[in-house]
Amino acid sequence: MNAVAFVHEQMSGKKEFPKFKAGDNITVNYKIVEGNKERIQSFKGDVIKRQGNGATKTFTVRKISDGIGVERLFPLFSPNIDSIIVHKEGRVRRAKLFYLRERSGKSARIKEKKHVVRH
Amino acid sequence: MKGIIGKKIGMTSVFEPNGKQTACTIIEAGPCVVTQKKTVDTDGYDALQIAYGEAKEKNTAKAQINHFAKANTSPKSIVKELRNCSIDKNVGEDITCEIFTEGEKVSVIGTTKGKGFQGVVKRHGFAGVGGQSHGQHDRSRAPGSIGGSSYPSRVFKGMRMAGRMGGDRVKMPGLRVIKIFPEQNYILVAGSVPGHNGSIVLIQK
Repeated sequence: MNAVAFVHEQMSGKKEFPKFKAGDNITVNYKIVEGNKERIQSFKGDVIKRQGNGATKTFTVRKISDGIGVERLFPLFSPNIDSIIVHKEGRVRRAKLFYLRERSGKSARIKEKKHVVRH
Repeated sequence: MKGIIGKKIGMTSVFEPNGKQTACTIIEAGPCVVTQKKTVDTDGYDALQIAYGEAKEKNTAKAQINHFAKANTSPKSIVKELRNCSIDKNVGEDITCEIFTEGEKVSVIGTTKGKGFQGVVKRHGFAGVGGQSHGQHDRSRAPGSIGGSSYPSRVFKGMRMAGRMGGDRVKMPGLRVIKIFPEQNYILVAGSVPGHNGSIVLIQK
């Protein structure tokens, strides 16, 4: 095993998160330390990017807050991520959804992926 | 002083217990073998000679092969001396990365990447001359004036100019040891270390 992969394996805590990809609507519950108090802040939005490999993977979540686009980047293996909840799977055609930055309102919506149930 | 020879493996980042992500360098440190102990009585100074990395016997001088044979070891490629070393090891014994502890501040010495012939903007951080518009051209990375005219009628010694950059021996002091993996001989230090991946570095304290 190469050294970088070995260090990642040794240093990153094993955490199980649901699978998600670009286009999905998720909530990230993130631990925030204020002084010596710790509280959990949630950030709900669409995943527009997943990037990196090993223990340095990150993902970017975009939401519209009071009419202003807000993006936040999270390291996937950060010990401060409490949990991730997937609300909707999006039907998108690309891995990086930066085109959403130029759009607003109706055209900035992402279609939900419908799973066909065969009887 | 204590030290060990190692090889820079590469950089990555890890999460620390406080949740902060820290950039770090992986160094494969040792094992080094003690090949000679120099003392004031015999050599005029105190030092520990340590060797690292395998060398082919056919490429090693006979005098060197015998020198390594005195320490009951095979020929090594890198040999360094540590002055006034605090490591208490005899000739032929191994030094491993366990001489350091986690959280300790160490300095790492290496040779920086060679940059070739570079101009003053990259080499000395000059700002160039003039602007890029208003018809100015060919001056944006120029050094400007290098001195007076009739007096002193010469350029002062040490004037910073274009030239070879990089390939210097550089010491990075005060790097924190994040983690030690004794079985793999890996040392994880916070921050960057001079040189390209695979280059030889000296970790010392």
